[in-house]
Amino acid sequence: MAMQKMSLAKGLNSGLRAAMEHDPKVLLMGEDVGKLGGVFRITEGLQKDFGEDRVVDTPLAESGIVGTAIGLALRGYRPVVEIQFDGFIYPAFDQIVAQLAKMHARSRGSLRLPIVIRVPFGGGIGAVEHHSESNEAYFAHTAGLRVVACSDPADAYWMIQQAIESDDPVMFYEPKRRYHERAEVDLDAGVRLGLHDARVVREGTQVTLLTYGPMVKTCLQAAAAAEQDGISLQVVDLRSLSPLDVDTITRVVKDTGRAIVVHEASTFLGMGAELAAEIQQECFHHLEAPVLRVGGYNIPYPPSRFEEEFLPGLDRILDAVDRSLAY
Amino acid sequence: MTDTHDVVVHHETVVAGTPLDITDGGPDMVQFVDGEGTRLERTPANTPYAEIVEAMEPADARSMYRDLVLVRRLDAEGHALQRQGELGLWPSLLGQEAAQVGSARAMAPHDYAFPGYREHGVAWCRGIQPEQLLALFRGVDHGGWSPQEMNYHLYTIVIGNQMLHATGYAMGVQRDGAVGTGDPERDTAVMAFTGDGGTAQGDFNEAMVFAGVANAPVVFFVQNNQWAISEPNYKQFRVPPYQRALGFGFPGIRVDGNDVLAVYAVTKMALDNARNGLGPTLIEAFTYRLGAHTTSDDPTKYRSAAEVDIWREKDPIKRMRGFITQKGYADEEFFAGVDKEADELAVRVRSACQNMPEPEQSRMFDEIYVDPHPLVDGEKATFLAYQAGFDQEGGH
Ligand SMILES: Cc1ncc(C[n+]2csc(CCOP(=O)(O)OP(=O)(O)O)c2C)c(N)n1
Repeated sequence: MAMQKMSLAKGLNSGLRAAMEHDPKVLLMGEDVGKLGGVFRITEGLQKDFGEDRVVDTPLAESGIVGTAIGLALRGYRPVVEIQFDGFIYPAFDQIVAQLAKMHARSRGSLRLPIVIRVPFGGGIGAVEHHSESNEAYFAHTAGLRVVACSDPADAYWMIQQAIESDDPVMFYEPKRRYHERAEVDLDAGVRLGLHDARVVREGTQVTLLTYGPMVKTCLQAAAAAEQDGISLQVVDLRSLSPLDVDTITRVVKDTGRAIVVHEASTFLGMGAELAAEIQQECFHHLEAPVLRVGGYNIPYPPSRFEEEFLPGLDRILDAVDRSLAY
Repeated sequence: MTDTHDVVVHHETVVAGTPLDITDGGPDMVQFVDGEGTRLERTPANTPYAEIVEAMEPADARSMYRDLVLVRRLDAEGHALQRQGELGLWPSLLGQEAAQVGSARAMAPHDYAFPGYREHGVAWCRGIQPEQLLALFRGVDHGGWSPQEMNYHLYTIVIGNQMLHATGYAMGVQRDGAVGTGDPERDTAVMAFTGDGGTAQGDFNEAMVFAGVANAPVVFFVQNNQWAISEPNYKQFRVPPYQRALGFGFPGIRVDGNDVLAVYAVTKMALDNARNGLGPTLIEAFTYRLGAHTTSDDPTKYRSAAEVDIWREKDPIKRMRGFITQKGYADEEFFAGVDKEADELAVRVRSACQNMPEPEQSRMFDEIYVDPHPLVDGEKATFLAYQAGFDQEGGH
């Protein structure tokens, strides 16, 4: 009973359900989250079971959704907001960075904003413009927000509950092209990792791949391919982008002496830039090679016929591995 | 008079039958007292609210007058303190005292308000102390008071943002079942304040949509002081704010913002309606910003002295004093007593400002997050070590 094979989408759905059962103050809000269950069906069935007051179909207005969620949180509720697609979060950017992120500090800690903003992110699904973006760095740059990304069904199930339990605002990134990937989830396991712990998802001795969200699976595939060539890659799922689990990151990078950051977002001023800076600061004497970055190019997310090339794939990752090992 | 009047009519275009004349609120405007303080007869516009005004006691009129005078004095002192370098900035409410005092006094203690940055009169009526009010402008804090204790949210600088917070809060009130129970201690309304310029913002309009759809217990209070820094109304909208409410599905009222009795009455009714489950109202208080936008502004660059003169004649305090005198509700001793209190308040505000403790510098790292955040904690530790280094050198 405890072990259940489920998709990442189902993991999120079950996690949301558990959170709503646990705390009557938890509300889901967003466009089409009710009867439809969201465009990705993450909230499927929840309105039927919890009612329209707890699973709220909102007007089509992102600033309005986040702004009213702030008001609801001030009144003691715990809103979980769904942004339909990554590229539609920008109308809410102001409310998130100017109000949500800062209000706790402005009130010297007397106001709490336990809001989760769920963002399906990343590409690889052949979508039209504005449906495949990775904008996590904008929010990781803003103090007051926590930014996390799940990568598999078990993390989806547990992390969403931890995010909802947190009294801080959390930007919760969901890898939309992994929604249908299935794996065993131990529903009785309880929380094993902190919301902000990085996790070594594959042990290896030669190069560390640091990644998160949809690229975790890609990096695992790269590691499996490298093994065929006798190269041992270590893969770390960062899970949390703010705060970064610097301790784990530096510890494992010191073991291999080589690090490559892999993400879908453009590399310029992206998470990879921060990780590279952090690692050279903390691990300088342990490094055998410069920290390399493999990411999206510094262009707007291209039309879907280009995304195969735009997104980091096995070839580009393994090429970076070769470059790192060549030092 | 006609000549001067021509100078200040900003826009001749007639929209929905209403020219945007910034000196005349038109026949829809609710008013109870004329410029001299004479109590007006019932009109179609003011009749729905007449009973509320008629129920008021002389003591209510006196204490409203007192609030108007004290708030003006508090504001004048804020302005002076900025000029003397004690405050970084001061947005004056001069001319808007009646709009703020009238609306704030209509609130029940357990109602909750979301202000912009000019609502010192509302803050005063909510019991915010001068040092709390000045902290933001002195730069020692981004807040100043406990919002939950005062049921008064922190000032909001980004125009329009708070309209959504108020709406969301009101949606929470609804979910708590604190609307329409008939229990005056339980039923709760929310107020949101913004300026006329704020009505152009997306958040303002999104708030109207959400509030209308949810039938939320919120009252939107637009202080139309005719200017958004240097931009006149006709650069902000083609129909006056109160006429827009209908399009969002709830009533809009224009009230004479310089008539404290009228503001009190319309706000009281709107709040009662909200508490009783009848949903939102948009109130447009037709008023005027007599001073500069803030202490950084120079209004002579964009508006005529003639226009200011017309509005100076409509002074809310002069009008209330006329009303009280005509009614025989108070004597000269009362007015002198209020003036003396105002002098004392000025001294209190000044010393509260000057004696405001300097914040501990390391406090800037505190309470950024509820749960520990290693980056911020690490930076605080580094900062403290760095500061300690100076102490050991004996300098600094
Ligand atoms: C989003 C945003 N844009 C610009 C500003 C700068 N600003 C401060 S006050 C103001 C004018 C506001 O006018 P109005 O809403 O009429 O209010 P008033 O100051 O007249 O009370 C502007 C443009 C701001 N604070 N927020």
